[in-house]
Parts: sequence; structure tokens; C-alpha cells
Amino acid sequence: MTVADPAFAASARARRVVALIGKEGRQIVRDPSSILIAVVLPLILLFLFGYGVSLDVSRTRIGVVLEAPSSTTRSLVAAFQTSPYFDARVGTDRREFGDALVRGQLGGIVVIPATFDVDARTRGRAPEIQIIVDGTEPNTAALVQGYARGVVATWAAQRVTDAGRTGAASAIADRVWFNPARASRYFLVPGCVALVMALVGTLLTALVVAREWERGTMEALMATPVSSVELLLGKLIPYFLLGLASMTLCAAIAVFAFHVPFRGSVAALYAISSAFLLPALGQGLLISAATKNQFLASQLALLSSFLPTFLLSGFLFEISSMPTVIQWITYIVPARWLIPSLQSVFLTGDLWPMFARSIAILVGFGVVMLALAVRATRKRVA
Amino acid sequence: MWVRLFALVIKELLVVLRDPRSRTLLIGPPLGQLVLFAFAATLEIKNADIIVLDRDQGSSGAELVRRIEGSPTFRSVAAAHDPAEVQDALDRQRVIAAVEIGPSFSRDLAAERPASVQVLLDGRRSNTAQIVDSYLGEIVGSFIADDNQRARRIGTAPRVVARNWFNPNLTFQWFTVPGLIAIIALLIALIVTSLSVARERELGTFDQLMVAPLRTHEILLGKMLPPLMIGLVLVTVYIVATIVIFGVPLRGSLVLLYGGTMFFLAAVIGVGLFISSLATTQQQAILGAFLFMAPAVLLSGFATPIENMPKWLQHVTLVNPLRYYLVIVRGVFLKGMDFADVARSTAPLAVIAIATLSVAAWLFRRRME
Repeated sequence: MTVADPAFAASARARRVVALIGKEGRQIVRDPSSILIAVVLPLILLFLFGYGVSLDVSRTRIGVVLEAPSSTTRSLVAAFQTSPYFDARVGTDRREFGDALVRGQLGGIVVIPATFDVDARTRGRAPEIQIIVDGTEPNTAALVQGYARGVVATWAAQRVTDAGRTGAASAIADRVWFNPARASRYFLVPGCVALVMALVGTLLTALVVAREWERGTMEALMATPVSSVELLLGKLIPYFLLGLASMTLCAAIAVFAFHVPFRGSVAALYAISSAFLLPALGQGLLISAATKNQFLASQLALLSSFLPTFLLSGFLFEISSMPTVIQWITYIVPARWLIPSLQSVFLTGDLWPMFARSIAILVGFGVVMLALAVRATRKRVA
Repeated sequence: MWVRLFALVIKELLVVLRDPRSRTLLIGPPLGQLVLFAFAATLEIKNADIIVLDRDQGSSGAELVRRIEGSPTFRSVAAAHDPAEVQDALDRQRVIAAVEIGPSFSRDLAAERPASVQVLLDGRRSNTAQIVDSYLGEIVGSFIADDNQRARRIGTAPRVVARNWFNPNLTFQWFTVPGLIAIIALLIALIVTSLSVARERELGTFDQLMVAPLRTHEILLGKMLPPLMIGLVLVTVYIVATIVIFGVPLRGSLVLLYGGTMFFLAAVIGVGLFISSLATTQQQAILGAFLFMAPAVLLSGFATPIENMPKWLQHVTLVNPLRYYLVIVRGVFLKGMDFADVARSTAPLAVIAIATLSVAAWLFRRRME
């Protein structure tokens, strides 16, 4: 082939890349493992995160101990019984409920002591209520405590207003923006979209390319006039499109099946997702070129991409609560920069200043990863 | 029979432990996961950032703000001057919650009227937001109860005192780390078992095993015992780490814990053999193990309670061995569960173990003969 004419060279290069993409596309369609990772696994994950993983405590079974019944204390018990957060049973002694709490059959015990009535009528005394929760599940325990406090505060404020008499009470009016129903599904499902892109972008790419190295077909490709940049482009473009397709599938299910609100624009969703796929794909290619082995590649991809995206991105676990050293590590996890924007595009709307920053950082990661991948691929051939 | 079985067990252990790659796979990721999960997987709220808009004309508002600032839960308590600032801080996720104290807060308190405080929360992180809300409710509630007592008012605002049984400070690691013992037992038993037959088939040594003077049930036992042993060793390492490094109290009996562990490992090994006899390559075995692990972990109560799931899905979790084992591990560690309570969770494990092992044995026999 003569490469004297630059226009001819460019068109030849384009043709080679297109041919490689076509080859890769056929391979994706024919290979059951890529369908498994790009379609079946996302569906399973989405299903599990949509239905199975929920932080929303609903109708916790509690025991209410009423030590001395009176009209005041009975109305407080009624407040617990009518609360949508609780399924309350009433007793007169806390020992009745102790065993059930140990067995995990009860989420908590509310004790209204015998002194409550007197204290509530005496100036300068605050009546006391005790809440006992099961600390073995700290998150549920904290939520149950919060709901119980809410019931008590609302009851107290209501009593003052109803009785038409005075008596200072507090009312905390809380409003949850962007997610008034407080459904954890609304932030878990968008987070799951990030997991899926990490799976397709890194795990699948690493596996498929490592297989080519393992079988020696990569060397065969290298022996053709294809340059290593063209070769990587031929790998990148199809998996980039596949990643976007998986993302689209997940987003559609999130919105139409799980009724997660979508308040941003589709353009913003694609812009953010594309920016995230660059480092994800780069990482996959780098792993495959560095290991040349399917087994190692899959382990490395799970450890360096799936696990950090799950644990260190802030989609489920709060980064500010982690130890400082781990907080530093999160800065180099690309998903950390994706999650806030992804959750915002679903729940808040287009916040372009925030998106632009994430996109810039993600593209930066992408350039570094891809450069490393190109370097690793060249070195292997030489 | 015992001599042959012993030889087979030794051979299986050697296969797993001699290969440096599988050795690192057994030691590296489990330890890494222990550290990473124990420290990173926390739903505890520390260092939260909030913003306060105090529009109160009296002094009570400022006092309440000081109380909020004094709480160790919050890293920074910014002061806002107008609602637009609050909106911007919430939008950009600079704060998780905003507190707005109304202009009549002091006056309402003094006049013995309900005094109100408004809390705005970022629903994009609704779990964190609700826990922050609960802390704020505690601070405001006790502030008002104190203020009523000081001013000798009729205190209709009750003081709510919370006590957390089994885990007084709601330390999140006391929840995560015992759970990790269960996860590691699942991971190791599953990977070792599911790879064992697939590896032999891939390397072609399975045929050699079949022509060796061994009965089917001996081969089966030889495949089951090594993962059981390796699983028990790693569980022991984790139990020691849980007690020594993470300081989780062990309130129940170790005998009960190990009893439950045996039944759990048997159930998982059954699943592993099942995957192993279906897979033809190690790659497929690993993917199969991953496909089983993901739902087993997410639908077990490891991270989120089973009670929060929809009813029909709760019924599905009844066949998940991890669900019962988590109750045993957490119960023995934190609650000091007695024999009757542990037995209640071990019985379903025994049933699952018998079921998975019989199916695996049947499949295995069919492949052998």
C-alpha cells in the first residue's frame, strides 16, 4: 500500500477502523458472555437494587409500654398506633417485649413511665419517654429513633393546639427536597446505573481483550497494517456504544418500571455517561494489556472497578463518614465524580456548573487511562 | 476407604494452596475486603455539613444554633443570610440539611406556644438526610425541654431518651464486621468448590479421577472436605480479627457459632458443587459463582434489612442460607443468643444443606456414570 497521498492514508485508516468495529460488533452479538455482562447482569443488578436493597424502614413493629394509663398517655399511645411508621403493640411492662427484641421480632420498645402524667402537669418539669432500639442494626435503629421522636414532637404540638391551652412544645417541620417520599430507591437506582457502566466499560472490555491476547489473535491483528491506535479505537468505539446502550436500558427501566423521577435532560445524561465511560474503558484496556489473562483480568477488573464504584463512590455509603485516608483514596475513583451528577440529573434537574466540573474531571481521568493503555499495548508488541 | 479419602483431601488442598495465583486469590482479596468494607461501608453519619438560617428576633434562636454547633455529628455549621443561599448550598450538595429558625421562635417559646423550626433535607441522599434529621430533632427537642424547665413552664414537650441495646453507641463496625465473617465464609467456600471440578475438567484430569480406584461418594467427599477446612480456617482468622482488631464484643458461645458455621459451609459447598458440575471452564464457574453471590449477598440482610423488602421478595429470601447465618453470627456476637435461638436459625440451614448437597451429589453421579 502506498501511503504517499495523505487523503488516501486518512481514508484507509477510517476504513480499517470501520472494519475493526464491524468485526468487534459481530463478536459481541455472537459471544454469550458479552450478552451476559451487558444485558443479563445489568437487569439482575437493577432488579436487586430496585426491589431488594432498601433503606426505607416501613411499619416497624414496636412495643409500647404504658406503665400508668391516663387520658394523656393513652393519646400518646394512640399517636404511635396511628403512625404510618409503626406497627405498635401495647403492654404494661417492658419485660413483656425484651425477648422479642433479642430475637429481632421487634424493632424497638417505647416506654412511657408511670411518672409521665405528673411531670407533664407540673411547672418546670419535663416528662420523659424512653426509646429502646435494637443496636445490632445501627441504621434502622437511628431511623426508628428519629421516627419515634417525630411522633412524640407532633403529638406534643398537636396537644397544645387542640386543648386550646398553653404549654410550650416544639414542632420540627421537615421537608425533604427532590425526594419527598424519602424513597431510597430514588438514589440507589441511579447509582446502580453507574455500577452497570463500570461492569460493561471495565470488566467486559478487560475480559474480551484479554481473551484476544490469550488466544494470540491480538498479535495476529498487530501483524496487519493496523496501527495500535487504530486497533484501540476499533475496540473502544463498539464497547463505548455498548456501554451507552446498557446505560440507556437501565435508565429506561429506572424511569418506567421503578418510577424514578427524571428531572434533567437526556442530553445531560448522555454527556455525563460518555465522560464516565472514557476512564472505564481505558481502565479495561489497560488491565487486559497488562495481564493478558482472562482470569486475572476479571479479578483485577472487579477489584479495581466494580468494588470501588460500589463502596467508595458515595452512592450508598457517605464519603464524609469514612476515615481520612479512605477519603483521599475516593478522589481517584472516577465514579465518585459521576455519582452526584448522575443522582442530580435524575432527581434535581440540569445543574450545568456541577456537571461541567464532573465531566472535565472524568475526561481528564479518561485521557490518562487511555494514554496508559496505548503505551501498554505498544510495549507488548515491541 | 479412609486412606483413599485422606489422600484425595491432601491432593485437593495441595491443588488449591500450591498454585501461587490461587493462593493470593484466597488470602489477598479477603483481607483487602475486610479492611475496605470495615472502614468504608458505613451508614453512620459523621462530619455532616449543614447550614443554618436564623431569623429569630429573640435570643433563643442563637442559643439553639450554639447547641447545634456543639454537636459532634456536624463538621461545619454555616450561617446563611437569606433563603437563596440555602437553596444554592442544598442544590450543589455542599450541605446535607438546612435549618431555618422562624422570626417568632423566642416569642412562641416565651408565650408557651408551639415553637417551630424548619428542616430542609437533600433527598438525593435521603437515608443520610433522615438520620441528620433525627439528630437535629434530638437537639431541638432537648433544647426546648431544657428551656421549659429553666423558665418553669408547663412542659408538654417530653424529653425523649434513647437507649440502644446491644450496641450503645450504634457503632457501625459492630454491624458490618460480624457480617463480613459470613460473607467471607460464603465467598471462599463457593469459589474453592466451584473451581475444583471445573479446573479438573478444563485440564482434563477429571477423566483420570474417574478411572482412579475411588467410589463416587469418596470423590464427592474429597471435593467437599477441603473447602470446609479452608472455610473454617478463614472464619477463625476473621473471628479473631473481629474481636482483637475491631473490638466487637463476643457475648455468646463460640461453640454455637462454629456449629452454625459448619451447617452454613455445607449448604454453600452444595451450591458450589452444583455450579461446578454445570460449568465446563473455570471462567464459567467464576461467572456462575458471581451470579449466585450478588443476589445472595444483597438479599440476605447483610447491608439492608430484609424487613424493608416487599413481601414477595421476603419469601424468596427464605431459601437464602446467608440470611440465617447472618442472624447466627450477629446474634452470637452482639446479643449473646442462647442455644434455642441459634437452633431456630440453624434448622433451616440444615435443610438447605441437605437439599443442595443431594442435588449436587445427584448431578455429580450423573456426570461420572
